[in-house]
Amino acid sequence: MRFRAKMVDVGCLNHFTRVVNTISKLTKTCTLRLTADNIYFMLSDKVANGGVSMWCELSQANFFDEFQLEGVSTEANEIYLELLPENLARALKTAQNAKSLKIKLTKKHCPCLTLAAELPSLSSVSRVVTHDIPVDVIPRRLWQDFKEPSVPDFDVSIYLPPLKTMKNVVDRMKNLSNHMVLEANQNGEMNLKIETDLVSVSTHFKDLGNPSWGDDGSQGGPSQDRVPEAMAHARVDIRKLQQFLTSQQVNPSKAMCNIVSERMLHFILLHEDVSLQYFIPAVA
Amino acid sequence: MSLSFEKCARKIFCKNSHCVQQGIQQISELTYNSRSMPLSTQSQGGDDQYVLVASLDNVRNLSNILKAIAFKDHALFNATRNGLKVTVEDSKCLQANAFIQAEIFQEFTIQEDSVCFQVNLTVLLDCLTIFGGSTVPGVTTALRMCYNGYGYPLTLFLEEGGVVTVCKINTQEPEEPIDFEFCSTNVTNKVILQSDSLKEAFSELDMTSEILQITMSPSQPYFRLSTFGNAGNAHYDYPKDSDMMELFQCTKTQTNRYKMSLLKPSTKALALSCKVSVRTDTRGFLSLQYLVRNDDGQICFVEYYCCPDEEVEEE
Repeated sequence: MRFRAKMVDVGCLNHFTRVVNTISKLTKTCTLRLTADNIYFMLSDKVANGGVSMWCELSQANFFDEFQLEGVSTEANEIYLELLPENLARALKTAQNAKSLKIKLTKKHCPCLTLAAELPSLSSVSRVVTHDIPVDVIPRRLWQDFKEPSVPDFDVSIYLPPLKTMKNVVDRMKNLSNHMVLEANQNGEMNLKIETDLVSVSTHFKDLGNPSWGDDGSQGGPSQDRVPEAMAHARVDIRKLQQFLTSQQVNPSKAMCNIVSERMLHFILLHEDVSLQYFIPAVA
Repeated sequence: MSLSFEKCARKIFCKNSHCVQQGIQQISELTYNSRSMPLSTQSQGGDDQYVLVASLDNVRNLSNILKAIAFKDHALFNATRNGLKVTVEDSKCLQANAFIQAEIFQEFTIQEDSVCFQVNLTVLLDCLTIFGGSTVPGVTTALRMCYNGYGYPLTLFLEEGGVVTVCKINTQEPEEPIDFEFCSTNVTNKVILQSDSLKEAFSELDMTSEILQITMSPSQPYFRLSTFGNAGNAHYDYPKDSDMMELFQCTKTQTNRYKMSLLKPSTKALALSCKVSVRTDTRGFLSLQYLVRNDDGQICFVEYYCCPDEEVEEE
């Protein structure tokens, strides 16, 4: 098993840092999957996490100038590692204006992901900051636990309003209640609602637009028979939604939400070369 | 940008644009049947059935001043033709009032001489700042506040950038506020200060002291704040001819002690204000009046009344 990669472009480095920061805000631990083409950050549906799962995919060619990977075997040319994304985020912080960043899988006292950042220096001697991030190598027999989540059969699919606006509203609602109802229809309308003994609050967004998922229905999009005005709703833990909104540092080029009525919310964020999916289960 | 927004806000909140009004009505009916208030299931007509309707182009003009008195959950609202008075009390020893004159509101309609209700202030403030209370110029949240009368919830319609939020805050049985009987004829000492000078003193007060002692006197030390804390005693003296002292009217030497924990909340009002009047009456009761200028340059008042902690022998 070998892995070695190098990044020299400062734009790529910043972008990669932002992605890692987002992940570190979303979850304490996650699985890093490395393949010849892609890097994945994954969190699978665990009850201890409140059933939240996450799937973030980036194409390595858009970030790295060198990328060498030898997986566990030729037919399974992949590596699965478990790590604390916060450690990775912290290491990247010191590499902010690095001239180059090397990432490799090393064997120190334990398996480590070693980040070596070459910092700009006034003298001819270069300054290198090295971080060793302990990782757990996930054996092949457990790989099947980390499958890409299939897009669920949702009832409504809607584009989200600016995430900052949504975050402000959700932040306040969290002060007032523990649970929130998110509902939307195929007419571009979305409502966020809470109701307690003291107060009921509902925020109404309109003209958001609905993504099209193809007419053949093969992608599991909303049924054509659905009344556009009919709301599909799911009641969720506000903290999970807040965590998701807080983690977003830049407005994605596309942000959408799929609602599986009374079962789950499926969020998809698309940046140019990064996609992030986030699943929040509904509560009764 | 700001103009077009205001236009758009007015359109939504203007009393006369009936269809929009109905739209909001529909939203509110569709969204909630307020379960806890069975009365509100009665038919909802136009504006005439509201005993109180108040609209603001910029919700910060209300939320900021309410923040200045937000030290307890329960707030008593008393609306008259002159405007809105909001009262918060603590331990029967401290009372804070915020006055928002009718002119501050773009619309202020009241059907009765006096409309009284009590709500949870923390909840109200969360609702008023639902869009984050942005300070970006040109982006303001418009508010329309309606109350149907006894037994009904307080309904808020908030709008920012085309997004509408409807809040229904359940009202509580109003409790009679304490009358501190602070009357200007009994005032013995009075000073008016620029708030900046008092802000500085308050930010440096020794909070390990349980009390704040205020001395006002026609002779030295004129106006003195004293603390008695773990690290020793501290006195802050203001000369009566300082630039910061706008008015100095002290007739008699008076030294009174006030619980620091009671006065602490008033620093919120102090932070917002530009001038403050400090008065004490013959009984040693303290009145702090703050003049607060809002985003639009209009003036509102916040006042705090506080009982003295104990009587001190006069020298």
